[in-house]
Amino acid sequence: MPESRSNIVSRGLFYFLVAVILVYTMFPFYWALKSSFTPTNELFKTPVEYWPNSPTLAHYGTVFRNNVFLVALLNSTIVAGSVTILSLIIGAFGAYALGRFRFRGRSPVLYLVLSMTMFPQIAVLGSLYNMVNRFGLFNRLGALILTYLIFTLPFTVWVLTNFFKAMPSELEEAAYVDGATPFQTFYKVLLPLAAPGLVTTGLLAFIAAWNEFLYALSFTQTPDRYTVTLAIFNFAPQTSGGFEIPWGPIMAATVVVTVPLVVLTLIFQRRIMAGLTAGAVKG
Amino acid sequence: MGQGQPVVSTRQATTAPKRGKDTDLTRARTRLAWLLLTPTLAIVAFIALWPLLQTIYLSFTNARLASTSPTKFIGLENYAYLIQDQQFRQSIWVTVQFTALTVVFEFLLGLGVALVINSNFKGRGLMRTAMLIPWAIPTVVSAQMWKWMYNDIYGVINDLFRRFGLISQNVAFVADPGTSIPAIAAVDIWKTTPFVALLLLAGLQVIPGDVYEAAYVDGANRIQQFFRITLPLLRPAILVTLIFRTLDALRVFDVFYVMFGARQDTQTMAIYNQQNLVNFSDLGYGAAISMAIFIIIGIFVALYVTFLKVEEA
Repeated sequence: MPESRSNIVSRGLFYFLVAVILVYTMFPFYWALKSSFTPTNELFKTPVEYWPNSPTLAHYGTVFRNNVFLVALLNSTIVAGSVTILSLIIGAFGAYALGRFRFRGRSPVLYLVLSMTMFPQIAVLGSLYNMVNRFGLFNRLGALILTYLIFTLPFTVWVLTNFFKAMPSELEEAAYVDGATPFQTFYKVLLPLAAPGLVTTGLLAFIAAWNEFLYALSFTQTPDRYTVTLAIFNFAPQTSGGFEIPWGPIMAATVVVTVPLVVLTLIFQRRIMAGLTAGAVKG
Repeated sequence: MGQGQPVVSTRQATTAPKRGKDTDLTRARTRLAWLLLTPTLAIVAFIALWPLLQTIYLSFTNARLASTSPTKFIGLENYAYLIQDQQFRQSIWVTVQFTALTVVFEFLLGLGVALVINSNFKGRGLMRTAMLIPWAIPTVVSAQMWKWMYNDIYGVINDLFRRFGLISQNVAFVADPGTSIPAIAAVDIWKTTPFVALLLLAGLQVIPGDVYEAAYVDGANRIQQFFRITLPLLRPAILVTLIFRTLDALRVFDVFYVMFGARQDTQTMAIYNQQNLVNFSDLGYGAAISMAIFIIIGIFVALYVTFLKVEEA
């Protein structure tokens, strides 16, 4: 069927709109990428060049020779990894209880967990600082692993509870008939079924912990304990006698930190959306 | 932070079928349930509830961090000071401006984008994935990217604005008090609009198509359909989105800290609080500020939970 002219026009307009949205969303990433490949002299030149004319890997060299940044990558991996594993283990137990058991007190606990997901971290910063000091955790990664649970755990429990709730009860009943204890039912029948939920929430917990800044800024002090967000914030000027902001290396570092997250997002796109909107806005 | 925002399900619980009261199994299951919840509750108590109680207590004292002098109970002194603290007032005003700008623009732009991606077209999946990326990137990283783009001499934004004739002279967007709040709001709007769009899209997709068909048959045009069907049915999703964005904006820290440092004219409530606690070691006064913020955010949380009536046990 031949398209009418007005159809073609409205279609063209539509794709133009799509293109505008994409350019708006992606341009800052392009700019960081472009800047990371642009030699310093070209970077600090006017008028601005929109394409790297003599691309260089020099800034990446600077970044990967920067010990503070490399240690920060390792620190962030340790912290975010530990936080994710702890949240999943502890959270799966709690979510199983909330998702599949009916008992007095369940509702208040659910409310508690829900309100916890909105807890302002700043409200307990001072007390946590005290606590971290008292336990000798100041300037240690342990302080971050412990305190990050404040936002990852309630979230994990909440989302996993929905996953457990959605499972058909016949499975559980069949397991009981076969003589399984509730705990066996949990780890032999339900937990494997919850695997997609675990991956999703684990990923979200990992991203949240990887991106955290306030507690990392407040509870650590020396560069050997920096996480990636701190390292990128504190990227030390190394040229011009330490006064010029090294935008090239900073942009290279942002690209390095961004790439794994983009890859994870691309792979788990559906899962992430499912987790974020878990059963969600559906009323 | 404000990254992994959970979204709430208001679905009914599909718990195991009701059994007779007080059977052994019921009691065993109740015991097991509490046992399974113990680690979660212990951690929540240890890193949130107990510290919160501490904060309340500290807000009535003159406690200082790492100080040897004994802590004294000083009653409402901190709060009396807080009420007339110009700097705190300033930080509230900064936060409110930022919140208003970001929530309004993120919602309007997000709704527009959601409506666009809700139509069927080639590359829609790709587009949706692209939308998630700004959300997944650390705020610190996006703030650095934008700080460079805002650079007053070599920044691309100045260059673009000049090319389009919007400005005739370079502007120091980040340093100039007149442009700093809109400039920083633009960063948050860029980072979060796609995410808002995805949340609203999820809401759009559960609206059944036959409602529109019926409306079409009845002769309703696109605009009528939007205001009479889409908006009302999208209400729950809109509510969730607005309240979540508001909560996040009220506790904003990272983007301001990276772009402005602790500059006084652009401190948010959270930055002012962090400065008092960590940099000035003023634990008592910092705690009072924390309580004020907690109460402000608590009011919004209460609204949120009431509007969405979690579920009955």
